[in-house]
Amino acid sequence: MNPRIPRADRDRPRAAQSDGHQPRGALRGEIAQALPLIGPAVLVLVAAALVPLSMAVWLSLHRSIVVFHHVEFIGLKHYRFLLSDPRFLSAAANTLYFTAVAVATELLLALPLALLLQRSGGPFRAAVLVPWAVPTAVSAKLWAFILNPDYGLLRVGWLSSPRAALHAAILIDVWKTTPFVALLLLAGLQSIPEDVFRAARVDGAGPLRIFWRFTLPLLRPSIALAVLFRSLDAFRVFDAIYVLTEGGPGHTTETLSIYAYKTLMRSGDFGYGATLSVATFACVLLLFALIRVRR
Amino acid sequence: MRRAAKGGYLFFFLAPFAWQVLTSLWPEAELGRRLPSTLTLEAWASVLQGGFLRAVLNSLAVAAATTVVCLGAGTPAAFAIARLEFPGRRALLGTALAISMFPPIATVSPLYLALKAVGLRDTLTGLVLPYATFALPLSLWILTAAFEALPDELYRAARVDGCTPFQAFRRVLLPLAWPALATCALLIFIFSWNELLYALTFLSSPAKRTIPVAITLFGGEHREPWAEIAAASVLATLPLVALTLAFQRRIVAGLTAGAVKE
Repeated sequence: MNPRIPRADRDRPRAAQSDGHQPRGALRGEIAQALPLIGPAVLVLVAAALVPLSMAVWLSLHRSIVVFHHVEFIGLKHYRFLLSDPRFLSAAANTLYFTAVAVATELLLALPLALLLQRSGGPFRAAVLVPWAVPTAVSAKLWAFILNPDYGLLRVGWLSSPRAALHAAILIDVWKTTPFVALLLLAGLQSIPEDVFRAARVDGAGPLRIFWRFTLPLLRPSIALAVLFRSLDAFRVFDAIYVLTEGGPGHTTETLSIYAYKTLMRSGDFGYGATLSVATFACVLLLFALIRVRR
Repeated sequence: MRRAAKGGYLFFFLAPFAWQVLTSLWPEAELGRRLPSTLTLEAWASVLQGGFLRAVLNSLAVAAATTVVCLGAGTPAAFAIARLEFPGRRALLGTALAISMFPPIATVSPLYLALKAVGLRDTLTGLVLPYATFALPLSLWILTAAFEALPDELYRAARVDGCTPFQAFRRVLLPLAWPALATCALLIFIFSWNELLYALTFLSSPAKRTIPVAITLFGGEHREPWAEIAAASVLATLPLVALTLAFQRRIVAGLTAGAVKE
């Protein structure tokens, strides 16, 4: 969902700034002036994210069933249970499968789309963006109607078959986010200097050869970025599967977010539910590290 | 070839939505048919009279409040990150990036307990803080990039003329950054409008439901009211489709801001 890189990473010529009109000692003054400006944002981030995240870790070390108002420290017991919990392992496998297949399909569909977008006007771009703007809950209902075995357009029984139901969720994800991936790739395409292509054409390279030899290699950073953002986003999938199947039939389409949600909100088991959500977070971090290393 | 490919994509992206529109006009008695013999506005009438408009208002309120809060907190912070020299600038942006990457399920349980403790569970106000976990980082990135893109001379000239950093921000840079603010507002609004997990977890009274929750839990007691769900979902999506079509350029710029390393 949230695909930007902070541009502050860029090295701005700050040296010029500090040896100009501002004396070196101005540094300390700017902390004082920055504090009230960043204060509210820092406060919100701490209250909305950092404190809750630490609390989730704390909760995961306790047995805590909400309705019984009972909280007891049990150390790492939940984590030990987690590793032998078949439902957790199957949810992890489902999530991984969902992420891999969805992101790969989106890339394959988005690459030609980006090439088309590059030479198309505003109306085509706007039309292609429509699925991205549709709320995921709505797109899941929409596809559920299309697939419905009795009344739908396609009349297939995918949602009652474990294998196919997960693929239906993948289809929804692909429908919704391919436009976004294509936009990321388009931004990459537009940053390739036109001279590269002109020179290649002058040298007599055909369109296919230009694509393989120049476009694709030069697009690699954008592709890597799209894979990173989309994998982290797909890994936390909740909406599409919750609306389509709620993780069923059985637990066959359950992903990590769905399993954690059910444990928290249906069973009221906040201790183990927190453990599952911390584990999901850990998996996202691991995924991030893996993709970053490969880059 | 090119035209066929374009047509293929357009069909894949638009046909499902068109089918939803058709479903919303489908007479209930003809549910099993391949195509309806007549069209009816019954489902639309029932959705417009029923409780769904309440959900639209709820979504509007939450999305607007989240946008205001996150731009209010994010804009000065983004200016400070872009223009002031203080330790931890990058750490702040990095933390924001990390926060937006983490799965929302990770904070659901503690936020639920915290909101309950302060009496904000099952209130629309209580959703604004959780929504800030994705909306505030978004504002920080887009706006920091926008403030950095403004010529440094402007800020320095304002400082030389005797402005404090805050005055330079308010009088000189802020008026120039409004396109980025608009982009940001659009994206935050759309993301908040679409959010399901937090809303589903924290809201329990039917009157408080936001659109995605209402669509997810829409249901009669005995049957699923197809045409009504379809009408409701088209209604919920139309404002977003209109926004997207109208501000396509801005949304694309916001979504890909910083995606290309310079």
